[in-house]
Amino acid sequence: MAVLEVKDIEKRFDTLQVLHGINFSLEKGEALAIIGSSGSGKTTLLRCLNFLERPDKGIITVNNEVIFDATDPATQKENEVRKKRLHFGLVFQNFNLFPQYTVLKNVTLAAELLARERSDYKQNKKSILDEIQENGKRLLSQVGLSDKLNYYPHQISGGQQQRVAIARALALEPDILCFDEPTSALDPELTGEVLRVIRNLAERNTTMIIVTHEMNFARDVADRIIFMDEGAIVEQGTPQEVFDNPREERTRQFLARYNESK
Amino acid sequence: MNQIPVIISRLSESFLINCRLFVLTLLFSLPLGLLISFGSMSRFKPLRWLVKTFVWVIRGTPLMLQLIVIFFGPGLLGMSVSWPNGDAGRFTAATVAFVINYACYFSEIYRGGIESIPRGQYEAGQVLGMTKGQIFFKVTLLQVVKRILPPVGNEVMTLVKDTSLARIIANKEIIMMAGEYSSKGLIWPLFATGIYFLIFIGVLTVLFDYLEKKLSYFRA
Repeated sequence: MAVLEVKDIEKRFDTLQVLHGINFSLEKGEALAIIGSSGSGKTTLLRCLNFLERPDKGIITVNNEVIFDATDPATQKENEVRKKRLHFGLVFQNFNLFPQYTVLKNVTLAAELLARERSDYKQNKKSILDEIQENGKRLLSQVGLSDKLNYYPHQISGGQQQRVAIARALALEPDILCFDEPTSALDPELTGEVLRVIRNLAERNTTMIIVTHEMNFARDVADRIIFMDEGAIVEQGTPQEVFDNPREERTRQFLARYNESK
Repeated sequence: MNQIPVIISRLSESFLINCRLFVLTLLFSLPLGLLISFGSMSRFKPLRWLVKTFVWVIRGTPLMLQLIVIFFGPGLLGMSVSWPNGDAGRFTAATVAFVINYACYFSEIYRGGIESIPRGQYEAGQVLGMTKGQIFFKVTLLQVVKRILPPVGNEVMTLVKDTSLARIIANKEIIMMAGEYSSKGLIWPLFATGIYFLIFIGVLTVLFDYLEKKLSYFRA
């Protein structure tokens, strides 16, 4: 059963159409990589899924529930959007950690705030908060940062910051974890540690959408590849299909350019 | 000679007016400035335009003129409600003028601080399911405070010295008091007022340095 179904998404900024009729679906436990050159609409698509942009047209369904329908304003109410966002987690290109909080607090903050909305919060406050703390520590050890719990973001490297950001996104247990070029802002020697964490998540069958320029990584980790160009999906398939036997000329050209620059 | 302690004590007494005006102005203008800054960032165009025009007028005219307008305006316009008689009325009018004036300056500092926070901070809060209020209070506020601390410190120190403008509507603050002596030919009390201001500013400098150090544990 598909966790996510995206139907006919369109998005324009003023007169510039950045997404044309995007259709795809995602199975539970599947890792999907979206590749394509800069300006092809990959990031905008991720931002639409996370309600950071509002598509002009189309329907987004998660677990058979319509969470966004451009023609139905009832699906776009502020307070509901806030809850529906939690189906998705997003790891940003620039990490966007909260600078005034420790590594651990960055991971636990949102969960602590959400816990306040639980009906049993007052009675079980202590145990709820303890549990969130423990979960935060567990996630940070999963991304290899057990020794950095009390550091502030500016005291750790970019690769470590991005791993904190991954733990932060995981803390709310999203159905689908999205990565927006997670290694693009990193020095080359720091990309490896972040990619290892993502690979590790893929091995645990985390449902993921990864927008990336790391072709070898996409090929290794993803179960399926989408190639986008000029705001449209040109081709999708398994890594073998897309990388070794691309059907479309534009895909071939893109991969050829990529191989040259390597 | 035994005049000196008397003069010092009268100067000190009148400096209390400066201090009271300072405290009351900060107490009201700091929060009011935040409200005004929200208005000047509002997505509702007429409100934004109105607030920006108001800030332009207040920042565009001398505080001394505003004091006069606010003190004499109601009477000249024949309004039935006016300031209370005597010292209380003069002081209240001065406080109102100062609060409005400083709130407008603070609002621009706040706006600059709020708009300087990277969009990614808001977006990170949004995708983590935070409400607008939570994003403001838990994510951006402290970062804004850290960034605006130096310009706010500047403004606060200017306020200390501006309080003596209240004499224009006959509030007997320290410079007005010293001025009464100088018009009788005794000039040193006027010079002595400088020491009061220097000490006050010295204390504020230490305080703001302390606050900046307190917030230096993170980078934003």
